[in-house]
Amino acid sequence: MTDLFSKFDPLIQQREALLATGVKDPFSLVMEEVKSPTVAICNGRETILLGTYNYMGMTFDDDVIAAGKKALEEFGSGTTGSRVLNGTYQGHRDVEQALKDFYAMDHAMVFSTGYQANLGIISTIAGKGDYIILDIDSHASIYDGCKMGDAEIVAFRHNDIEALEKRLKRLPPEAGKLVVLEGVYSMLGDVAPLKEMIRVSKEAGAMILVDEAHSMGFIGPNGRGVAEDQGVLDQVDFVIGTFSKSVGTVGGFCVSNHPKFEILRLVCRPYVFTASLPPSVVATAATSIRKLMHGSNKRAHLWENSRKLHGGLKALGFTLGTDEPQSAIIAVIMPDLERGAAMWEALLAEGLYVNLARPPATPANMTLLRCSLCAEHSSEQVDQILGMFAAAGRKVGIIG
Amino acid sequence: MSDRQQIFDIVAAQIAPFNKKGIDLAETTTFAGDLEWDSLTVMDFVAAVEDEFDIVITMNMQAEIETVGQLVDAVGKLKA
Repeated sequence: MTDLFSKFDPLIQQREALLATGVKDPFSLVMEEVKSPTVAICNGRETILLGTYNYMGMTFDDDVIAAGKKALEEFGSGTTGSRVLNGTYQGHRDVEQALKDFYAMDHAMVFSTGYQANLGIISTIAGKGDYIILDIDSHASIYDGCKMGDAEIVAFRHNDIEALEKRLKRLPPEAGKLVVLEGVYSMLGDVAPLKEMIRVSKEAGAMILVDEAHSMGFIGPNGRGVAEDQGVLDQVDFVIGTFSKSVGTVGGFCVSNHPKFEILRLVCRPYVFTASLPPSVVATAATSIRKLMHGSNKRAHLWENSRKLHGGLKALGFTLGTDEPQSAIIAVIMPDLERGAAMWEALLAEGLYVNLARPPATPANMTLLRCSLCAEHSSEQVDQILGMFAAAGRKVGIIG
Repeated sequence: MSDRQQIFDIVAAQIAPFNKKGIDLAETTTFAGDLEWDSLTVMDFVAAVEDEFDIVITMNMQAEIETVGQLVDAVGKLKA
């Protein structure tokens, strides 16, 4: 008999070898208590959170929590049903209206997770004979959406406008085309040149989908993301987003001005064949989204934090994913997985949590310590964070 | 020289800069096994072949291509 698990042996061995060096398992951390958007108790120790994607710090907002409690009491703990059967409550309609208002778009469709939003929209709108053209560094949910559908998949080098244009020109002019881009790429925190990419895509007759998961709430004049910031949101056919970052809960969505958009509710399988979000979740999301519309002071503080951390880490001698801070993600590049894991553990011992990201999730087989800032991090906390990076970096020998 | 041989020679020239181990190329040489390429190398190489022949090799097609010979056949078909 072939053990179906033998395919995982290389990963099991790599993991065992890493743990044999004495480091803690970086992928089984437990948050024992969560004090605020920026502080939790891990291993009994108070820890600053710098790897949560909780960009706008909405998870403990008083209005958000009150809305969730009210919905929990009035509508119960769950819907136990699909959006197209018994799972659409008033709250689901309300959060879709909040999204339409936030983006100033005609249609909004809410999924149970951001992963399902990409999976559902991409696999449904690009079918047999159509082409999906995507950045090679796209998120797993985008690749899985491609794999689930029947379209032909064409990848181009990360953020390379010319590579995109060349490939578009080689495709049959009459074929349906969907260009899939991200506003902020989550591994290095770099921003896409959407304006140019959208121009060449439109010239080739393609429709455009932009995943703005890591930009919603704080990039662009109204927090609508990178496409808004670059003045091209009106040319984006589909914006994909999530509730699990700036919005501060869980869920995913697509907003669009396409006149036939609503038909997707009947044909998109990851929308139809799953239970809808619990009433408390959609209530917290709707409240949070409406508050994010007026979050310009918080946005400004988040940018201050991002610039301060980026500049400070650079001055300490760390190698960073971008030359300038482009988003609220600052990626610190580690020399290898072993030293990355050691640095991660040293930071945790100092009282700082960051994400350890490693291949295959990372581009160019890099090991990264990915920091995501929050608008609720105080300037003093960023100072503390820099002190912890300095101490841990010297201990592990990453910096001199 | 046949068209196929011509394509083989051009593909072989494209492989050269990525052939770090100096493996002798044959029809049956595999990219993952013999050349030991990772996904990044594959991406750079595919982009180079695409630009050389002015074609697009979709990821769906790439999944079916394991050997140099299969790639030469695929390029021949795409150019036709």
